[in-house]
Amino acid sequence: MTVESVFPQLEALLPHVQKPIQYVGGELNSTVKPWDETEVRWALMYPDAYEVGLPNQGVMILYEVLNEREGVLAERTYSVWPDLEKLMREHSVPQFTVDAHRPVGAFDVLGVSFSTELGYTNLLTALELSGIPLESEDRTEDHPIVMAGGHAAFNPEPIADYLDVAVIGDGEQAVLEVSEIIRAWKREGRPGGRDELLLRLAKTGGVYVPRFYDVEYLPDGRISRTVPNRSGVPWRVSKHTVMDLDEWPYPKQPLVPLAETVHERMSVEIFRGCTRGCRFCQAGMITRPVRERSITGIGEMVDKGLKNTGFEEVGLLSLSSADHSEIGDVAKGLADRYEEDKVGLSLPSTRVDAFNIDLANELTRNGRRSGLTFAPEGGSERIRKVINKMVSEEDLTRTVATAYGNGWRQVKLYFMCGLPTETDEDVLQIGDMAVNVIAKGREVAGSNDIRCTVSIGGFVPKPHTPFQWAPQLSAEATDARLGKLRDKIRGDKKYGRSIGFRYHDGKPGIVEGLLSRGDRRVGAVIREVYERGGRFDGWREYFSYNLWMESAAKALPAYGVDVDWYTTRERTYEEVLPWDHLDSGLDKDWLWEDWQDALDETEVEDCRWTPCYDCGVCPQMDTEIQIGPTGKKLLPLSVVNK
Amino acid sequence: MQRIRLRYTKRGRLRFTSHRDFQRAFERALRRAEVPMAYSAGFTPHPKVSYANAAPTGTGSEAEYLEIALSDRRDPEALRTVLDASMPEGLDLVDAVEARTTEFTERLQASTWQLALDGVAPAAAEQAVRGFLAADSVEVQRQTKKGLRTFDARAAVASLDLGQESEPPGLDGTADAPCAILRLVVRHVTPAVRPDDVLSGLRVAADLAPPVPATVTRLAQGPLDEESGTVTDPFAPDRDAPSGAEALGTPSVASAPGGAA
Repeated sequence: MTVESVFPQLEALLPHVQKPIQYVGGELNSTVKPWDETEVRWALMYPDAYEVGLPNQGVMILYEVLNEREGVLAERTYSVWPDLEKLMREHSVPQFTVDAHRPVGAFDVLGVSFSTELGYTNLLTALELSGIPLESEDRTEDHPIVMAGGHAAFNPEPIADYLDVAVIGDGEQAVLEVSEIIRAWKREGRPGGRDELLLRLAKTGGVYVPRFYDVEYLPDGRISRTVPNRSGVPWRVSKHTVMDLDEWPYPKQPLVPLAETVHERMSVEIFRGCTRGCRFCQAGMITRPVRERSITGIGEMVDKGLKNTGFEEVGLLSLSSADHSEIGDVAKGLADRYEEDKVGLSLPSTRVDAFNIDLANELTRNGRRSGLTFAPEGGSERIRKVINKMVSEEDLTRTVATAYGNGWRQVKLYFMCGLPTETDEDVLQIGDMAVNVIAKGREVAGSNDIRCTVSIGGFVPKPHTPFQWAPQLSAEATDARLGKLRDKIRGDKKYGRSIGFRYHDGKPGIVEGLLSRGDRRVGAVIREVYERGGRFDGWREYFSYNLWMESAAKALPAYGVDVDWYTTRERTYEEVLPWDHLDSGLDKDWLWEDWQDALDETEVEDCRWTPCYDCGVCPQMDTEIQIGPTGKKLLPLSVVNK
Repeated sequence: MQRIRLRYTKRGRLRFTSHRDFQRAFERALRRAEVPMAYSAGFTPHPKVSYANAAPTGTGSEAEYLEIALSDRRDPEALRTVLDASMPEGLDLVDAVEARTTEFTERLQASTWQLALDGVAPAAAEQAVRGFLAADSVEVQRQTKKGLRTFDARAAVASLDLGQESEPPGLDGTADAPCAILRLVVRHVTPAVRPDDVLSGLRVAADLAPPVPATVTRLAQGPLDEESGTVTDPFAPDRDAPSGAEALGTPSVASAPGGAA
């Protein structure tokens, strides 16, 4: 049975919406496989606008990995803006893929990648537009398996009722394993229906099926336990880890959109994982261990990627790119290679202590020397010990002074407000730091024409981190603290004009906090928000704090809990956390010890260069740190003139 | 430095490509195809590409024009083939000449447009066209960035008639959806009169209101032959000029980053 394109119906709506090009597909390097020649069909979704979703590396990688597999098809779908959503509802046009404009409801799997929790309402929009029942239990064999992945899937409980399955960790191998299970089940004639398929997936131990687990609560609202309700279903579900990045050189042919998107560059993930141990950082905790791509592997990906895309910029991505064991040779090798081609290099995440001026000079050799960005995260030495972001004020001042001395004119500094144990004084010291940076900068640059921008947002405690027990600072307290810092910076007669101040108010952080550490009961809030029109919560122009608070006030009292209970409440050692049955490899006792160390202002070293401190990941997941140096160099490519 | 003029299309679903989207896609295609581009001087050098008169987003086109400057000589047809292969299907490069004449943009005097009006019976369309053409002027309004503007849509229209391809309603009046296809030749004047404005004019002058948005396609762009009322090939003078008569000096196609049409 073939599936028709809905493009003719959609086409009639496109003249009436903003930026119609985002809905038509046709991107360079996109793939349309014949429907009837495939057995397992995936619709991959990034639950945000096309301009944000298209460059997402996770979706791009899985799209290629799946389409390379014989008999498997993958297409992409993104959230439609409310103008098109309204028209689609009026004209009964279903949620569609941009590749072949096939209706999402016709696929075997709808795989949704959640980088943040703020895409949850968009998931519900997509389900309803697809004609898929919102609640997992109402779906039949005719509906796709709705799967969540991405970092937010490490606590999928708030959307557990709307998902069929969640997969945590690296997706490359996991999606292929799931595909083979679906293929086998379909070939056998779908024995046991949807339930049997979900059971087969759950029994692998690497696919979480929320409906096979019951959550039991204590009278005070806390969870007493999360327990399997089927035999053969594991008590805990493991994350997936790809060990050799050189074996997975994806994306090989990155998608090149016609529409303008947030990142227009050839991105190469130079390593995965981070063991710096910053206690607030969920990404660093859940992606362990560190696995580097080799310098030669990086060189090949950049070469092929540029030829396949025509991009003018290469982004070397990771959680802390300057920490690659051969970053100097990588940067120099690439800068040499593309000197003639006007290809720029960027290193999006750079630590102050890993920065060196030679590296920065290589990165800017073929392009513009615009600004440098660092993230000290905390204003005082004390709070940086609490969060284990060990950057001394001297390090920072020296690094920034070197940058100003070498021709940079603009430095951006990122901070968080509301960190555990934080006081007004910790945050006000950010102002002193900025003043020191400007004073030193004026001295070395011999000019007053330099700037420093302080950018600061509220801290949200995340699951699977040492701060998962921490109380979140209320929106009011966050705003008051930020107001004091703003007044201090603006009030500085001598340096204030050279310091920019950008901050995000505390309200979105509270909603993010509710969703991050929420449990299944929070699902009712999400549904309420969705039904009252909540969409695109990551966008300032759509986000409504009041809508979330009103919806929570309606949905939560039945359970005897409220928003504060989920956000500003400190948890104890004994409390069963909603995500305890999802195994990120981190030992919960180690996380607790690290939380206690944080309160004692005790730091932990990076285990890449110092002995193991037993976070639990390597033995639990049977993985190990994989870093260079390989000692190899990037050779210049011979220039062929056509 | 060699200059090459290219004709390209915006077909099918890719008619929703905006001019800015096209520019980015084309400049990436130049890089993939390793075309030896001449670059502008300055702090951030840009490849020298000049675009003429881009069709509005959402309208298809068979006749868009641009000119590129090369640092090294290339055969125009070979270059066109390579670039065409590097562009997405629908944004097709269909013709190329070496620039051997100046004042190319001045030659783009008029456009031929096809307006497909789904759900409009040919007879009704024909009547509306007669009403429109009979008027000396037809005042229409359009929302621009500077606000609502009122101007005449009639004077710029060189011809407007019902195309042969129109589909009348089925004999019983219901079987097939009717579709009137109009063929419009409009002079490039200031302020520009776009096919949309002519459709507004049909509504103002003769009450024609299509039930669904018209599908609009530019078929040709070039010099207007006033006798026959047809638009001719703007590349003809380049083809007729002797080899070695390359246009030197400043580009003859105006750089128009906004691509207003």
